[in-house]
Formats: sequence, structure tokens, C-alpha cells
Amino acid sequence: MTMQEPTSTDISIQTDRLTRSFGSLVAVKELNLVIRSGEIFGLLGPNGAGKTTTIRMLTTLLPPSGGTATVAGRSILADPVGVRKSMGYVSQMISADGALSGFENLLLFARIYGVPKVERRKRIDDALGFMGISEARDKLVRTYSGGMIRRLEIAQSMLHRPEVLFLDEPTIGLDPAARHQVRDRLKELRRSFGTTILLTTHDMDEAEDLCDQIAIMKSGVIAAEGSSEELKRQANTSSMDQVFIHFAGEFSDTTNFKDVARARRTAKRLG
Amino acid sequence: MTPPTSKMLPAPAARPNAWADRYSPAVFLRDTTAIVSAELVKLRRDPSEIFARSIQPALWLLVFGQVFGKLHALPTGKLDYFSFLAPGILAQSVLFIAIFYGINVIWERDLGILQKLMASPAPRGALVFGKAVSAGMRAIAQGTIVYLMAFVMQVPLNWSPLALGGVLLSIVLGAALFSTFSLMVACVVKTRERFMGIGQVLTMPLFFASNAIYPISIMPGWLKVVAHINPLSYQVDLLRALMVIGGTTTFGIGTDLAILTSTLIALVLITSKLYPSIVR
Repeated sequence: MTMQEPTSTDISIQTDRLTRSFGSLVAVKELNLVIRSGEIFGLLGPNGAGKTTTIRMLTTLLPPSGGTATVAGRSILADPVGVRKSMGYVSQMISADGALSGFENLLLFARIYGVPKVERRKRIDDALGFMGISEARDKLVRTYSGGMIRRLEIAQSMLHRPEVLFLDEPTIGLDPAARHQVRDRLKELRRSFGTTILLTTHDMDEAEDLCDQIAIMKSGVIAAEGSSEELKRQANTSSMDQVFIHFAGEFSDTTNFKDVARARRTAKRLG
Repeated sequence: MTPPTSKMLPAPAARPNAWADRYSPAVFLRDTTAIVSAELVKLRRDPSEIFARSIQPALWLLVFGQVFGKLHALPTGKLDYFSFLAPGILAQSVLFIAIFYGINVIWERDLGILQKLMASPAPRGALVFGKAVSAGMRAIAQGTIVYLMAFVMQVPLNWSPLALGGVLLSIVLGAALFSTFSLMVACVVKTRERFMGIGQVLTMPLFFASNAIYPISIMPGWLKVVAHINPLSYQVDLLRALMVIGGTTTFGIGTDLAILTSTLIALVLITSKLYPSIVR
């Protein structure tokens, strides 16, 4: 690798032998990752590779079976509340409440994240404006298009100006136009606020377009890591799809019933 | 590949205020209020559930109450059977609204809403207590309808502000208690299908093993024991003392309030511990 070794102050996310088992199944095995501040980092891999499990551990939703990690300099084990304050999270599923308007969804989280009352309205309007959904501010979220819901969720995650943003398959179930809108907003987010972004995706073009660094996971471990150009060189190919096949394997689909049901439910809700 | 990094990791020290973040009463109150406000917006926007759930208490009061009232078979003290039954039916309608609250949380988990809340710094206790208070608010709306029915059926209601305040408190306490119990069950069973089955199994024993429709004094010995550990009995007892003119209490208002409050606190503490498991 050509990059300089990062110092601890440059690092936004770091895992140290992070491990999670479910019974006899080791979903994530002794994962070591270093993600620099302000970087967009893509975690790729087939279903069941351990991407979502990794994000769930880093967001403190799932305790690790072994190892540890820091997010924005805070330990997921010793200071989970500090980690939650420092990060935003957009889950694979649709987490906006369809029975509330866009404004009301954001208001709930502005209150929970302790945004001062005098700042709330401005912060919400700014976030909606940044994501290009100001006009839908007072409409019920159940009337939003898929791309609008995703942008609302990102706005919701950014209200408290977190240092780190986790996105679990943010463009799943979206049409190409909506995918581009979401990608553009993420790039703008990093440009404007210097937010560190860790995202998972199956879309190799998306990873190449968005990510400074990519790690391909297979069976709970990192099979390859580097920039898209470095990975192409390692795999001796010009195609990111071939990179994926090279490192994750051609017959790597371990999708189970639950994965398919969840993806279809999300896609259905996104319309 | 990035090499093992244990030497590079900064010391995983907790911030000095990490404990305060978790246990600050101000944060707890703020986050509870945020959850309640969002739930109230939803209730105001779609109150159909409240009206749909009014049918059952109406049937109990109109059909069961009228038939059993004519039998004069139950020792209801100075109260006629309608007056005896009305507080029991109010408590029953609160129970029925609250006991299925857990299914909403499973639904929110399946939609991804709960994951987002759990990834926020909100104390788990505030998320649970917020839901409990929201159930209380829904139950007040339901209670108002039962009150109106009782008024129309000429039940001698006690309109003194103190009594009305006590009734409101009793409704909120009962709904919060049973909805928290419901959330606890949801954390254990985790799926909507299992919850529906268990919800049905829980509701009837709680209702029939209480003093809602007949006094504890006529119960067989074993059922008396169950009725005494059933929180619904204490809610009914409190309502019976406050809601109708001439109403009396078996356990004492202080005992009723103490048991309902302490059970609610215990359930909130247990459910807060279990709550993260629902998204794992």
C-alpha cells in the first residue's frame, strides 16, 4: 500500500480483532479495520459475509463476542452512549415512520439527540434543504418516493452533526435515478462536513463511484482491501464486478430466507 | 490488508460524563417526552383504533351488565351491579388496549424504526417508559368513551375533581403497567405470530382472575391468591373507590397506588434490560 500509516487522531473507526459468533457460526472473525477521518469506506461482500453484523457491532446494536472497536475515539464496549452520540445510522430497512411527516420524523430525533430547542427548526429545515426534500416537509412519509425516504433518513442521521455515518445498503431497492440522488447527497455531505462514512453495498459501481477505500468481506474476514484502482490491479482486471468475483468467489451467494424477505420488504416499502 | 492493530487503538476509556449521560433524569425526561409527543401525533392523526376498541366495553356494559344486573346474584355491597361493573369494564378496556402494545414494537422492529431509536443515545428506559406513557394517553381517550357510556347508562359517577384526577392516574398507571408487561413479552417472543397467540392467552386470565366483574370474596381459595397478585385487581379497586358515588376499596387507595407504581417501576427496569435484545 502507498498510504502513510495513520495516526490515532486521523482515525475515525478502528476495530481490533472484532468478532461475533451466533452459536457455532462465526459471522465476523477477528476483523481489523482502520478508517480515516473524512473517508468514505465501502464494506462489500456477498450476503452472509458479515457486513451488516460488523455495522451492527460498530453502532452498538449487537455486542461483539470478542475484540473491540472505537468509533470517533470512543470504545463501543466502554462508552456505547458516547459512540451513539458521535454517529448517525441508516439501517438497511426503512427506519422513517410513515405515519409522521418528514418534519415530525426529524423533530423526534432532534429532541432525542438533544438539539437545543431554539436551533431545532432551523437545523431541521437546513437538513431537509440539504437533502433536497424541503417541499415534502409536511407530507406524511408514507407518501414519499423511495429516494426521498432514503434522503430523509440520511437527513435524520445528520441532524446532530455526527463525526461518523453508518449506512447499511443505502441504495437497496431504489431505481437508478434515486440511487444517483442519494450518492450525490453523500458526496456533498462529506465535502461540506467532512463526515466519515462507512457504507455497505452490493453495487460495485456505487462502491467505485463513492468510496475512497473498499474492503471486500468473505465468510467474516477481509478478503481484500484498498482503493478501487488498487483492487483492480490486484485482481488484474478493469471491471469492479470481476474484482468482486475474484475476491468473494463466483459461488458466494449465501443468501437465506431472512435476507431475501428483508430486502424485498424494504424494496416494497420504497415502492 | 490492514495488519492487526491492537497497539494503535487508543485506550478505550469511558468519557467522564458517560454515566451521567445514561442516568441523567433530564435526559430521561426529554427522551420520554419526545417518544410520547410522536405517539400523540400519530394518535391524533388516526384515532380510529380508539373508536374500534370501544365496541367491546359497550357490549360488556350493555349486554353482560344488563343481564347480570337482573340476577342480583353477586354481593356487590351498596352498589348496584352496573355501578360495580363500570369501573371493572373501564379497567378491562385499558388492559385490552395496553396488552397488545408489544405488537407495535415488533412491527416497528420489522420496519427498522426501532433499530434507529436503539442506535440513538436515548436511554433504553426512556424508550420503554415513553411507550408506557403513550399507552396511558391512548387509554385516557378510551376511558373517556367508557365514562360517556357509563354516564348514558345512568351510573352514578363521581365528578369531584379529586376523584377524576385519581381515575386519570389509575388509567395511566394501569395502561403503562400492562403495556410495559406487553413490551417485555415482545422482547421474549420476538415475532408477531407468537405474540398474538400469547397475548390472547394472557388477557383472559388477567381479566377473569381479577375483581373486574365479580368480587374477590366469592372466588375459590386458589383464585383468590391469583387475584391478589394480579395488578388488575388493584387498578379495579382504585377505580371502584373513585369512579362511582358510594364506591369502596377492598385494599385501600394507598395500597392500590403503591402496588401499581412499584410493579410499573419493576417492569420498566426489567424491560429496559431486555429491550436491546429485540433488535439482535
